[in-house]
Amino acid sequence: MDTKLTAEGISKSYGTTKILDSVSIELRDRELVSLLGVSGAGKTTLFNVISGLMEPDCGHVFLKGQEITGNAGHIAYMLQKDLLLPYRTVVDNTALPLILHGVPKKEAREQASAHFAEFGLDGTQKKWPAQLSGGMRQRAALLRTYLSSEGVALLDEPFSALDTITKDAMHTWYLNVMQKIELSTLFITHDIDEAILLSDRIYILAGKPGKIIAELPVNVPKPRTREFTLTDEFLQYKRKIISLLRL
Amino acid sequence: MHRKLQSITDKLSPVFLILIVLIVWQSVVSLGVVPNFMLPSPVQVVEAFVDDFSSLMENAATSLQETFWGMLIAITLAFGSAYLMDRFRLVKKSLYPILILTQTVPTVAIAPLLVLWFGYDMSPKIILVVISCYFPIAVGLLNGFTSADPDVINLMRTMGSSRWQIFCHVKMPYSLSNFFSGLRISVSYSVIGAVVAEWLGGNSGLGVYMTRVRKSYAYDRMFAVILLVSVISLVLMKLVDVLQRVCMPWEQNCREETSESTCQ
Repeated sequence: MDTKLTAEGISKSYGTTKILDSVSIELRDRELVSLLGVSGAGKTTLFNVISGLMEPDCGHVFLKGQEITGNAGHIAYMLQKDLLLPYRTVVDNTALPLILHGVPKKEAREQASAHFAEFGLDGTQKKWPAQLSGGMRQRAALLRTYLSSEGVALLDEPFSALDTITKDAMHTWYLNVMQKIELSTLFITHDIDEAILLSDRIYILAGKPGKIIAELPVNVPKPRTREFTLTDEFLQYKRKIISLLRL
Repeated sequence: MHRKLQSITDKLSPVFLILIVLIVWQSVVSLGVVPNFMLPSPVQVVEAFVDDFSSLMENAATSLQETFWGMLIAITLAFGSAYLMDRFRLVKKSLYPILILTQTVPTVAIAPLLVLWFGYDMSPKIILVVISCYFPIAVGLLNGFTSADPDVINLMRTMGSSRWQIFCHVKMPYSLSNFFSGLRISVSYSVIGAVVAEWLGGNSGLGVYMTRVRKSYAYDRMFAVILLVSVISLVLMKLVDVLQRVCMPWEQNCREETSESTCQ
């Protein structure tokens, strides 16, 4: 498989506090890789570096072989907050990245609308974000992320603000939609179950400063279903991760 | 049903209060408690308004023109300076304190100077309108620009947007409600600003009319013109509300939704 995204030897300090110590990760084509770690391990800092919003002290970020260190605008990015703009309709929100790249408004709307059914948003085109449920808003944000990506997306705890039932439904939907769309995803989470259920590989980030302490492939074929979380295999992965994190 | 009744009484109660005040006013004058040459009765005020209607309208047209040009210039200046203050930290650091300082200068005091410098035509009036209207709009806009969610701005950066695109797609729309709050205050200042400037000299305008009727002790007309100034201010404020509703349809929608859900 092709490598889409590489981060090599990323280190970052705030003042005298070192947050990240020589972190290297790799994301291959159409892979979903989780970055699992306790709060304060530097996950969000790493994401800010990879997305180009922040310059690392040392290290490099490559997208499809090209260096993009400290250069925002190449990798799509989504946070826990949906950050939909309240003054744009849902379709205009999702079409925003296309419009920013110079696609004419009408065409951008059509392109965005074409994905609405797949993202479970049909019929919400002309609504305001405030009129959608939490799950729908998150899906709209995900569609916007997808449309702004050059095939690579960073998701920073995208489902953690949702209630448990909505979150479960989102996982099922996400596993499903990932089969249809071409997206390589780097996924931040502190939820071990979520990481095992969704990922092809899991990086475990721990310590102060944060380091990658383990890389764990999840060798279970996709599409996976919710049932997977009840199997012994799942529990074995979970035990291993817990022991690695020394919880 | 109960709620509806409540809202009707809420809306009618100020009307009742005004009616009571008018009745008391009328009877105080009719019963001769206050001499009539000092205080005209409401009926006399209305009569004066009707009698002098065409003259009032002519003068109002002048004042409204001054208000309009003054507001237009004030809004333009406010946009320009708020943009620069948001864009360049140094501009904000140096300009903002001076702007606050100018607010402490009473406009009534500079009006005579403006007339001295710019003569008796419209320009000193327009300048006074600009001076009194600029500040609330500029501050509203600046607060709006700087209050945009930094996460949204980061998100826009990851989408590869330029500074200008961030301004147009995020900062501008985010500042709209602040802008309209500023505009609502300014619009009420603007008419008063124009009238005050007209007191000090000019050929037509509601302020000129006011000075004229005051000098001839026509207090009924004085009250009529005060009434007109108030009405104009109220109409302009209402106009701002309508404009805001048109420019910010999403707010309207949320309000409807919430009021519906609380009604049920």
